[in-house]
Amino acid sequence: MRELVVLSGKGGTGKTSIVGSLAALAEKKVMADCDVDAADLHLLLNPAVRHKEEFWSGKSAVIDSEKCTQCGLCQKLCRFDAIDNFKVDAISCEGCGFCSHICPAEAITMEENMAGYLFISDTKYGPLVHARLGIAQENSGKLVAKVRQQSKKLAGEAGADYIICDGPPGIGCPVVSSLSGANMALLVVEPTLSGIHDMERVIGVCRHFNVPAAVCVNKFDINEENTREIEKYCQSQSVEVAARIPFDNVVTEAMVKGIPVVEYSGGAVSQEIKKLWEKVSRLLNSK
Amino acid sequence: MIITIASGKGGTGKTLISTSLALSLKDDYGVTLADCDVEEPNAGIFLKPQISGSESVDIMVPVVAEEKCTFCGKCAKVCAFNAIAVLGSHVLTFPQLCHGCGACSYLCPEKAITEEARHIGVVEWGDARGIKFIQGILTVGEAMAPPVISRVKEHESEQDIIIRDAPPGTSCPVVETVRGSDFCLLLTEPTPFGLNDLKLAVETVRELDIPFGVVINRTGAGDAGVENYCQEEKIHVLMTIPLDTEIARLYSRGVVLVEGMPEWKSRFIQLYNDIKEKVDA
Repeated sequence: MRELVVLSGKGGTGKTSIVGSLAALAEKKVMADCDVDAADLHLLLNPAVRHKEEFWSGKSAVIDSEKCTQCGLCQKLCRFDAIDNFKVDAISCEGCGFCSHICPAEAITMEENMAGYLFISDTKYGPLVHARLGIAQENSGKLVAKVRQQSKKLAGEAGADYIICDGPPGIGCPVVSSLSGANMALLVVEPTLSGIHDMERVIGVCRHFNVPAAVCVNKFDINEENTREIEKYCQSQSVEVAARIPFDNVVTEAMVKGIPVVEYSGGAVSQEIKKLWEKVSRLLNSK
Repeated sequence: MIITIASGKGGTGKTLISTSLALSLKDDYGVTLADCDVEEPNAGIFLKPQISGSESVDIMVPVVAEEKCTFCGKCAKVCAFNAIAVLGSHVLTFPQLCHGCGACSYLCPEKAITEEARHIGVVEWGDARGIKFIQGILTVGEAMAPPVISRVKEHESEQDIIIRDAPPGTSCPVVETVRGSDFCLLLTEPTPFGLNDLKLAVETVRELDIPFGVVINRTGAGDAGVENYCQEEKIHVLMTIPLDTEIARLYSRGVVLVEGMPEWKSRFIQLYNDIKEKVDA
């Protein structure tokens, strides 16, 4: 079983559109949406939820005003400025519990947060594990880890060959959680200066966690000079550029219809995504 | 006034708007642009600032003096993040997991734990064509963005119009950026992904109780879902930007929209006036 995670650094470069198409192209796979705070893959795969569970994670301090003597020690020691006027601001509270341990009146307890939901769904392309982080909740990295753990379990049971993960943008906590231990990362990059800058950082993260990476340039014809820069940079880093997908409004049209673009159009975009999967699956099996 | 430019979905034009808004206002106001997308800071690519200062962002992590330690296990028990463990007569620390709360060092009965700074990023500041520019940069391989964002915010000049460029999404880095803002501009695109992520962003700013409006980017393609939603929810659409290859090309080369197409400047001044009217109301 090989696990592929699709990342980009910069948001909005086309990760989910490409993952949706890989879902239609790959045989024997489980899909995982690791972008838990803005999940979109379900909009292309039309899932029927078969299992839903609550995700409890992290804690927030609660002060019992009856017991509180207003000594102010918690306020003084909290490094997250989460306590003001003997009340805890749940959004600032890091959940460290420091205050609960030092309160002389034992007035502070830690209460667990309901931090989101995890779903297992059936789609016409196979099982999909997805999630929804609660509004303004922390611990997206832990929810991502749970999505991956669940998808591995499903893939094991089903004897699947691949797990294909739609990753979050950025390079921080949920990206680290999506990437660590995966077999390969596919980086979807757009040929803009921002896209190049962000790709360089995400390649650095892949290297840091020792995950081999390949690049797919999306909308390559928006700026072909930048596309050549991307190819040059990737060559210098021994990162393969696996595909160059042209800009075409069919990608948006397919999204509006709620289907993967390879099932919507037989044009150049779909042809290139097919080549991309051939190459990526070969790399994935060789790494 | 603090205006945060945010979006659920990435790539909807946050940096395009924040840099254009900053450059449009700088002749009439003092302007600070704070790039709070510390995982992938991009505003500097467009504004090309002269960086004049920087500082390290550190998390205080525990260092155990084992000769003083009795291996009682108190530190491991109080740590909510499993960043410290006692195994027999050794104490293991996992600095990557440490949130720097300081509980272990304070509560150690033997005072065997001190703290040392672990570098996780930098904050830089300088001048970009008369704009005060600040950016945070999370070190590659580090996971915790919020402490870097919080440090970026400390450098903002309060008397200025402060424009914060937020990271995408709806989780803690976004919450850290948005908090304390007077107004939030939520960017989206007229597609099902744009709509889904806009709804999440709206829930987030409503939870934080911050007034907001919407900017729809790349209108002309996609569908009417976002527009209908805004209408139903009585959300003010403050600006629309058409899908335009010239705008995309300027962006790809790192050119600020109002510099490549100066006719947009008056629209950004109008955008600010609309925001100001809402905040003052």
